Formats: sequence, C-alpha cells, structure tokens
Amino acid sequence: MKTILFILLLAITPMWAEAGIMPKLDIGKGGKCVAEPQWMRKNHMHVLLHQRDETVHKGIRGGKYSLADCVDCHASSKNNSVLGSNENFCQGCHAYAGVKIDCFECHSNKRREIAEVGK
Amino acid sequence: MKPMSAKPFSRVESRYFYALVAAGALVVAVGLLAAHFMEEHGHIVTGMNNQIVWGIPHVFAIFMIVAASGVLNVASIGSVFGKTMYKARAPLSGLLSIALLAGGLSVLMLDLGRPDRIMVAATHLNPTSVFAWNVLLYNGLFALVAIYLWTMMEKRMNPWSKPAGLAVFAWRFILTTGTGMIFAFLVARQAYGSALLPPMFIVMSFAWGLAVFHVVQSAMYAWNSKTLDTEILKRLKNLLGLFVIASLYMVATYHLTNLYFAKQTGFEHFILRDGGVYPLLFWAGYVVLGSLLPLLLIFHPSLGKTKCVVAASLLVILGSFAFLYAFIIGGQAYPLSTFPGYEVSSSFGDGQIASYTPSLPEFLLGLGGIGIAFLITIIGTRALSTLPQDIPDRRK
Amino acid sequence: MSEVNLDRRQFLGKTSVGLAGLAIAPGMMLYDFAHGRAAGEEASGKVRWGMLIDTNQCQEGCNDCVTACNKENGLSGGTSPTDAQWMRKVELKDMRSGRTTSLPVMCQHCAEPPCVDVCPTAASFKRADGIVLVDKHLCIGCRYCMMACPYKARSFVHEPLHDQKPDVPRGKGTVESCTLCVHRVDKGQQPACVEACTKADHKAILFGNLNDPESDISKRIRSVASTQLRADMGLDPGIHYQGI
Repeated sequence: MKTILFILLLAITPMWAEAGIMPKLDIGKGGKCVAEPQWMRKNHMHVLLHQRDETVHKGIRGGKYSLADCVDCHASSKNNSVLGSNENFCQGCHAYAGVKIDCFECHSNKRREIAEVGK
Repeated sequence: MKPMSAKPFSRVESRYFYALVAAGALVVAVGLLAAHFMEEHGHIVTGMNNQIVWGIPHVFAIFMIVAASGVLNVASIGSVFGKTMYKARAPLSGLLSIALLAGGLSVLMLDLGRPDRIMVAATHLNPTSVFAWNVLLYNGLFALVAIYLWTMMEKRMNPWSKPAGLAVFAWRFILTTGTGMIFAFLVARQAYGSALLPPMFIVMSFAWGLAVFHVVQSAMYAWNSKTLDTEILKRLKNLLGLFVIASLYMVATYHLTNLYFAKQTGFEHFILRDGGVYPLLFWAGYVVLGSLLPLLLIFHPSLGKTKCVVAASLLVILGSFAFLYAFIIGGQAYPLSTFPGYEVSSSFGDGQIASYTPSLPEFLLGLGGIGIAFLITIIGTRALSTLPQDIPDRRK
Repeated sequence: MSEVNLDRRQFLGKTSVGLAGLAIAPGMMLYDFAHGRAAGEEASGKVRWGMLIDTNQCQEGCNDCVTACNKENGLSGGTSPTDAQWMRKVELKDMRSGRTTSLPVMCQHCAEPPCVDVCPTAASFKRADGIVLVDKHLCIGCRYCMMACPYKARSFVHEPLHDQKPDVPRGKGTVESCTLCVHRVDKGQQPACVEACTKADHKAILFGNLNDPESDISKRIRSVASTQLRADMGLDPGIHYQGI
C-alpha cells in the first residue's frame, strides 16, 4: 500500500512544474532578457552577489547585473515597484518559494524616475 | 563516606530544581522577546542613539564576559598553582565560565543592528579588529574550558588537567586583555584610549569572577543544606578582599594619571564631579557600596562570617554594574574634542553632553543574558555534578 | 621493456608547453587592455579625492550644503538624536578671542581611518581612490566604528526605512556616513554639497584629486594655509579646512 502511494507521489511530480502552479508575475517592461529566464531563476542570486562587490568595492556601475537596472525594468507598471503584492516581479516568486528578500531593506524597490521624483 | 551524587534525587530537591529551571526559562523567554522587538522595530525602541551607541545591554554583556574570565581563577589556583582546596571547585568554576560567556555573548549578538548576519561576522574577519579577534578568542575559550572540564571529570584524563588548566589560564588572560583593548584602541575618546585599560580589566575580572563564584556557590550550598568549611571561607573572602583592593588601585591609577593631562581634566571633572548620574554611580555605587563596604564586611574582626561574605560579594557585583555604567555610558556622553580650544555647537550634539535614558527592552535583554547563564549553571550542575565536594582533611 | 619512446615524450612535452602559452597569452593581453580607464573600470589609487573648505566663506546660518546632502541621499533632515546626519554645520567660538566661525563637518575620509581598523567584518573600508565607505552587505550593526570615529561622522539607522534613493541604498540596523557622493563621483560629477555651494556662489567648498598636482585643489592647498581636523592624530584626512 505504501509503495503504491509512493509511486503515485513520484508520478505526479512533473505536474508540479506545470505553468498553472507557478506564480503569475507582472514582469514590468519586459523586452530583451538579460539571460535565459530559467538560468536567471537559478543564478540571479549568484550574479547579484558578485555584482555588488564590483560596484561597492571597485565602483563599477551599470554592469549587466546591476540591481537598480533590474528594478527599472521589472518594476510593475501598476505600482512602479518590484514589491507590494504577490504579482510583483521579485515578491511573487520569493513569496511562493518562501525565501526572504534582504535586498530591499536597503535598496529602493521602485524604478528610478519615480523614486527620484517621489520625495 | 557516600558521595552526594549517589543519593537518589529526592522529591523536594526535584521540585526545587524544576521551579528554578522554569524561572530561568521565563527570564530567557522575556529576554528573547525583547530582542525580537528590538530587531523588528529597530533601535529606536531603545534609549541608544547616535551619541550613545552602546547602552545597558553592553553593561550587562561586558560584566558577564569579564566575570566569565575571572571566575576561572578558582580553577586556575587549583590546577596551575596546585592548591587542593580549589581543585574541588574547579569544575563549577569551568561551568560558570561557559555559562557567563554564553550569556554575555548572547546579549551582544542580539543587540546588533543586524543579528541575522551572525554568519557574516563568523566568516568575514578583519585582522586589525579586536572584535574579530574576539570571535576567535571567545570560541576558543568555550572549547578549551570544555576540554578542561573533560580532563577533570574523566578519570583517565586527570593527568592532563594541569596542562589544560594552564592553557585555559593563558587563553583567558589574552581574552580579557582583548576585552580591555576594545576600549583601549579608541584613541579619539577621552574616556578610553589608554594602555592601562587591559590590565585594569584583568584585575577587575579577578574580583568580579570570584564574587560571582562565591554567590553561586553559597546559593547552591544553601539549597543543598551544606555549609562551607570556615577555613575555606576565610581563604576565599581574603582573596576577594585582595582583588577588590587591587581593582581600586587600578581605577585610582587610571584617574589620577588622567587628571595630570591638561587636555583630560575636562573629562575627569565630568566623570568624577560634574556629570550628575555618572559621578554618583562611580562614587556611591562602585567606590563606597562596591568596594569599601565589602572590604569592611570582609576584613572587620567582628564580621567576616558567611552572611557577610555573601553580602560583600553581592555588593561587589552591584558595584561592578555601577562602574561599567559610568565607564561605558559616561565615556560616550562626554563630547569628542574635535576642535580643541573652541566652544562647539551643532545639530549633531557636538560640544554637548549627550543624554541617555535606558529603556525597558534593553534591561530585559540584559536580564535575559543573566537568565541564560543561570539556566546553563543550574542544568549543568545537575547533569555534571559540579557541586564542590570537599574531602575532609584527615590530618586534623 | 627498457625501450622508452623518447620522441613521443618530447612531442607531448613541447605541445603542452605551446598550448599552455596559447592559453595564457590572451589573458596577458587582456590585462594590458584593462589598464586604461573606461566604462566598467574600477577606482584606482592614482586618484585621491579630497575637499578644501574655506571657513572664511562659510556663513553662520547657511545650510545649503547640508540641505543638498540630505536631498541627494534621501535623508530625512531631522535632527533628533536618532536621526542620521551625514553632514552638519558646526558653530565654533574661539575660547580666548571670542572669534566665531562656522563650517560643515562630515566623514573626513582619512588615509588611516580608525573606523576601518575596528570594523570586525571589514564592512567599513577605504576604496582605492580614498573614499571611506560602509559595505552595507557586510555591516552587522555593531557600532564599533561609531565609537572609534574622532569626528563623530557616522550615524546608525534606528528604524525601518522606505523610499530610499536608488543610487543611495540605506537600511535599518546598519551604520552609514558621508560617501563623498560616490555614486556621482563615479559618473564624473561632484558631490552634491560642493555643487550646491558652487551654484549659490558661496565659494566655500572645493573638490578634486589630491594626487594630481595640477588640480585646483592641489594648487590651492600649496598656496594657502590649510589644516586638517585633529591633525595631531596622524589620520591624514582627505578633507582640508582653511581659516581655523
């Protein structure tokens, strides 16, 4: 009995990857991707980690993986932010995966033009 | 003679034990709640600000860390200097050291602006920073004391207890020197920046550590209906008296030397005379209640009995808190001398005495640290039987 | 059995050396190209950014530099004990002569910064071009650097922040101070305080490369008497003051 249930469980695992179960995201401006979406899903944290050292310690700005540029592009057109609801770009997947985002404790989550004018 | 640990744990004793553990756990829980509150809302809920950056939690933490080092004295006198009477007390001394260090470090780590970044602190170590050295020194002490306890409790390891004791002795000297250096390296602050601070902290650790040891031992004896042999009491109290005198000497030397520097007299007048709560705590708290009164209780011919010595130890501990408050917070309250020869004012507190009002979350966090030390001691003593058992002197 | 084919060994040896050379050569060429400054190039020690503040031009009551700094960096501008102040105007009165002066004080960007020495995680660091910064990714909020700074330049963020400027990340629980507007300097602009002072024609703050003997700031420091705050401490700050 246990074996049957286990095999059933394994059998339905491909279903978990179906598009219907993934969060629906508002990807903001979209357009030309920085990299393959699946590659980005797996590696964005690593490239951001490397980029932050380049920027803070060496002063190299506007690199391919600049966080501010990510936000500029991917901020929702509704609230101009990557946070705010589970449809927003960053919050959507992170809420789904249950991974706390530390970046926006310090970094602005709004696109540049709005953030500059806002104050 | 049947050793006490062979007696079955009686109903009364177990009720006592569980009640104490519950009380300790409650204090720790409240402390953790306070820490969570501080982390959630930021340090704005505390009394600390941009002028007084270290507050009540640091007073508690530094007391515990310094006492953790000093409490090992009892063990060192046994293992390193070979005095038998102290050997029986060495396991409790080691346990207390671990307990106090754990409590003090918990308070420090929970007070950080980003306590979620402990892993960053553990993996990124700046070689010029005393704090980074402390990460290694404190963890090293945990490990060494654990090994030391093992050499004392495991019969076949007993021959190793002397070298282990020596290693612990040397390590904690370096560690307490490091604690003093935290302040000694702050050249810009008139209250700190002195090479005298590391030795001063070492001497104070002797006094505070022994006072804590005595209070804990007396409490344990009282709860287990034992009495301390008068000969042992006499030696311990005389040692405490000696350490209190030595620490008074260090503090006096520090202030007297400082008074001779013309550029330091402003600060010295503030901390010793004009600063309001700081001179009050220093003189009434540390000097009178924390040093002179205990000395009277210890050395007066008609005093010096058990109750007096416990009272003296408690007063020394109280005095140490008063000293640390005046030292840590008073030292920050006095303005920096960025423009010698000028009267200074600004929107950022330049030239002004900074004000600080301790807040409840800070006290609760500090007490939580004490609670952690308490729990470790209580549970550790029950588990490891570290209650000092004195073998009666058959030669008498 | 003892007939070892030396020809084959020699062939393999030479080929591998050749291949290794081919593998390394492009790397060596790239290194050479990366030397010159271009977009995506890092800050270098050839430059040392500094400021010269003429306190004679600084007026009591003028806060243009501080206001500009607050606006640029998204600071609240509040002056309560828990508010961050990266820059403040200090009013001085000579205790003997009674002469009054006014000047702005901010992070002095020392060449030997005490804040860098004491930081346990090396979050407080000095960039190659002399700007002293806090890497907020590494800051654990211990506030030891605040204790160590002789100029009380650093502030701690006491509450959660929102609406940060995209170019100036700041967050609760970390320590911060004047960045010499590093995000502007890296684009070839001047710090906001300098720009505001120059725009209002007060002529009190001069910014430039202390390592370049032909820069305006170097020429002025060579010609007029200037000092550094607490020069006796041997920290060699990058901020120079004229008139005190």
